[in-house]
Amino acid sequence: MAVKVIIPTPLRPYASKQESVELQAGTVGEALRALTAKFQELRKHLYAEDGRLRSFVNVYVNDEDIRFLKREETAVRTGDIISIIPSIAGGAARSSR
Amino acid sequence: MPDRALKLGEELAGRIRAHGAETYPHECCGALLGRDAQTTREVLGLLPLANARQDSPRNRFSITPDDVRRAENTARENGQELLGWYHSHPDSPARPSDYDREHAWPWYSYIIVGVEAGVPGQMKSWRLADDRASFAPERIEVSTVAPAPGAAFESV
Repeated sequence: MAVKVIIPTPLRPYASKQESVELQAGTVGEALRALTAKFQELRKHLYAEDGRLRSFVNVYVNDEDIRFLKREETAVRTGDIISIIPSIAGGAARSSR
Repeated sequence: MPDRALKLGEELAGRIRAHGAETYPHECCGALLGRDAQTTREVLGLLPLANARQDSPRNRFSITPDDVRRAENTARENGQELLGWYHSHPDSPARPSDYDREHAWPWYSYIIVGVEAGVPGQMKSWRLADDRASFAPERIEVSTVAPAPGAAFESV
């Protein structure tokens, strides 16, 4: 299936400055693997060392968060748009009082 | 990482500090909007946002994907780019923690303001290194030029 993956601004420098990439994939996981195979520097920003998507990486298929679907096993169809949307998080070093 | 600078008007810098003081002892957060050039970025507006970490707001902040999209839309509507984010460290230095680093995105500028006993102090900007192992400091150049109209957008 031909799908479009929208690259968020902070990752575009690692994807040849492209805003989106057209890929062949049957699931979200396949699309993300194809994306990181094409642009290997993206991998460390999308995936933690245990191979899971980082918690602050949100992935949508046509406006639906894959956490409410079948996560990376979510099937995609030709024309679907996969969006990678950041969550932003951080905080001070010491633990809360 | 090459030497980079972040231009920030005095009034906008004051608004970041004021936000940190207002939310103390909790962390504040918001978006930085403006223009990006190769070695210099210019912050032209702010979008204060809600800290979604209501479970641990004294030492954690998060911004939801919906608010990230809202910040992107606000930037686009104003002919600007989403340059990065600011947040405060209550009673803690204005430098990134390991938690900041683990959750950071590359490319964005991250302004941190230390707020000691409710008083905003040092403010520094940082950018995540390509290998994610560290942050590089980004020099803040504070100017006294008045911001453009509408430079601070609606608060949450």
